[in-house]
Amino acid sequence: MNLNEIAFYVISGLTIAAALGVVLSRNIVHSALALIVTFLGVAMTFFELDAGFLGLVQILVYAGAISVLIIFAIMLVMHPDPSRTNLTTPSRDTNFWGGLLAWIIIAAIGIALGKNPWPIPQTIPTDTDRVGAIANLLLGNYVVAFEAAAVLLLLAVAGAIILAKGVEEG
Amino acid sequence: MIGLNHYLFLATLLFGIGIYGVFAKRNAVAILMSIEIMLNAVNINFVAINRFIQPADTVGQLFAIFVIVVAAAEVSVGLALIISIYRQRKSVNLDDFNLMKW
Repeated sequence: MNLNEIAFYVISGLTIAAALGVVLSRNIVHSALALIVTFLGVAMTFFELDAGFLGLVQILVYAGAISVLIIFAIMLVMHPDPSRTNLTTPSRDTNFWGGLLAWIIIAAIGIALGKNPWPIPQTIPTDTDRVGAIANLLLGNYVVAFEAAAVLLLLAVAGAIILAKGVEEG
Repeated sequence: MIGLNHYLFLATLLFGIGIYGVFAKRNAVAILMSIEIMLNAVNINFVAINRFIQPADTVGQLFAIFVIVVAAAEVSVGLALIISIYRQRKSVNLDDFNLMKW
């Protein structure tokens, strides 16, 4: 095993364990903290994949902004007893079918992945300007999608404020 | 040697965990968190395929950025909805959210 493989397995194990913590924890605050670890693990996976800019965006937007937003919402709607805030559903059927669907997806894709030949990673030249390439695409071919994303964010913020504040009559 | 299949399987595991969370949880905020895990799994797929199939290009990373933008919009509107319903119902349990049923 070389260093790359060890790093991959450690980071993947951390990410999977934290994601299981999000789903299996009975306390929603613990779930939120495990979610932050999951986001950081995904960011480290991006760094492994030579996507440094995306890893930084992941840390800033997910581990920074979205997790703070989620924790604020949790504090606003908190149940008085924190150890019972994130229970699984009492319906055994829903629990069973949800678990079964998850296992079917994991098994099917896992078998399909095991049966295919996969390309060997090609080395990329280290002196290429990756962020510049993203910027060229973003303001070149994909500028309409870029502008649409900007409008979407603006509308989402305005909509969130209106929804959370409530509309006054008259 | 770590290849594309390792990254795709990591993403599959994260996606399965997210699906189980969406089905099995009762707290609406926990379901939003599970959806975030699934979106992250999709982002890993985009970036890994970009890295292994088309390394000279960065279109996969660009798509992942758009996914992050849409996820941010989705989570802000979703949390605002949850807070707004909590004000009426004093609950975040999805079994109590039957305002549009009859």
